[in-house]
Amino acid sequence: MREKILTFIERNSRIDLKELAVILGVDEVTVAQELKNMEEEHIICGYHTLINWDKTGVEKVTAMIEVRVTPQREMGFDKVAERIYNYPEVNAVFLISGGFDLMVTLEGKTLREVSQFVTDKLSTLDSVLSTKTNFILKKYKDHGTVMAGAPKDERMSITP
Amino acid sequence: MKNPLSKEIVMIPPSGIRRFFDIVSEMEEAISLGVGEPDFDTPWHIRDEGIYSLEKGRTFYTSNAGLKELKIEIAKYLSRRFELEYDYNQEILVTVGGSEAIDIAMRAMLDPGDEVLIPQPSYVSYEPCCRLANGKPVIIELQAENDFRLTKEELEAAITPKTKILVLPYPNNPTGAVMERHDLEAVAEVVSAHDLFVLSDEIYAELTYVGGKDHVSIASLPGMKERTIVINGFSKSHAMTGWRIGYACGPKVIIEQMLKIHQYAIMCAPTNSQYAAVDALKNGDADVARMREQYNGRRRYLMHAFEEMGLPCFEPFGAFYVFPCIKQYGMSSEEFAERLLMSEKVAVVPGTAFGQSGEGFVRISYAYSLDNLKIALERVRKFVSKLQPKSSLG
Repeated sequence: MREKILTFIERNSRIDLKELAVILGVDEVTVAQELKNMEEEHIICGYHTLINWDKTGVEKVTAMIEVRVTPQREMGFDKVAERIYNYPEVNAVFLISGGFDLMVTLEGKTLREVSQFVTDKLSTLDSVLSTKTNFILKKYKDHGTVMAGAPKDERMSITP
Repeated sequence: MKNPLSKEIVMIPPSGIRRFFDIVSEMEEAISLGVGEPDFDTPWHIRDEGIYSLEKGRTFYTSNAGLKELKIEIAKYLSRRFELEYDYNQEILVTVGGSEAIDIAMRAMLDPGDEVLIPQPSYVSYEPCCRLANGKPVIIELQAENDFRLTKEELEAAITPKTKILVLPYPNNPTGAVMERHDLEAVAEVVSAHDLFVLSDEIYAELTYVGGKDHVSIASLPGMKERTIVINGFSKSHAMTGWRIGYACGPKVIIEQMLKIHQYAIMCAPTNSQYAAVDALKNGDADVARMREQYNGRRRYLMHAFEEMGLPCFEPFGAFYVFPCIKQYGMSSEEFAERLLMSEKVAVVPGTAFGQSGEGFVRISYAYSLDNLKIALERVRKFVSKLQPKSSLG
């Protein structure tokens, strides 16, 4: 049941509780209880809105920064990650396999603002060995959603 | 000038939904719940395989019966999903959708005057295809009180010495009815006793929602394989309507003759669709499950909404249609559908488009996103709340 709820609300967290219960074929109390439990267990960590900022007048740049670090004794990568994610301008931090260690996504108003953060804050951390900043030029698809919107229904309106 | 037309063909009425289609397509802002095909796109990996086959220049005919690789995959699929065992080499024919299979099966099996039992409400092609094959359609009017399942009594009553084929259209379009194993066993007994053949149209086989129970094919029952043609395809299960790809499976003697017609009339099913279909069967099970899950959620949502509106509807266990009863409003299906369209701009299909026994019902498709359904249902709610029930029946 949990998986079904999560699969559904991952794409539409605004759905009415009663409707969700009907769609999943269970009673409302069960759904409400499961949601509450999963929030408490931090399985559900938040309800966000997917925004295409490009379409607004708001100036915004996003960068994905590849960071190589030295893991710290006893703490591994967690401590470094924490030092990085505590900055409010940092959007996401992932531990990554492959050529580098942490993937940090960062939002700022301008290129300068983002690069300043990288040079002043990120690179100067003791355990950070190197950084590579990639600016996002265009977002095509995010969280499984195509930013351009769903294509128009092109089916014939009535078919047998 | 001679009459250029065949009298037989002219006698066949055009599809009952045509008139509606013409109105809806002219109407701005109309929401249609009248579509008989999935709203999902064909899963990308399947499309990709179709594209790849074009890139590779696979643009030639395949063998008449279809690509060997595809026939092998179909045999494997039918075995793992529905306990059907077919020899890919002699008992499977790849067709241009399930529609072609219906047509050529009738033509391969009927002599003039042979009777074909067609339970209705059902898909619109059986009756004309039977006539085109010089058969005589005999309609069995299915009953709402039986959940639109075919009973052995109804079947018995329709059989004459001339009866040759029973069309078995389950899971059913337009009612959403299914036949469970015990229903099929009862029918199979009568079919065997009267030495009939079954044309089992199982195009919606993947879309059943009975508590964990999968579709049962009548051909999987003891003694039935040799008297059944199973028709299936990719249109509904894999959202591949436009690819026009389906298949028929059955006894070698029948498939052989169907192949002959197919060979002369069609040559072979579209080659790139065949390559795409191979991928659908090899790698598409998860997609089918995902779509089924979504249909099921919408189905529950619709049933619930009808209940709230006071629109009686038996619970459909298959396909992607609900078939609510509108008899309480004292008007015909056609009138109901037309008034709903004119006043609230929602298009549904009158039950009578699928046979006279569909009178008093309308077909509502849930091959639409939930958001779409929500808006449409709100309009339907508004419409029925203004109608006075004419009787307490319901």
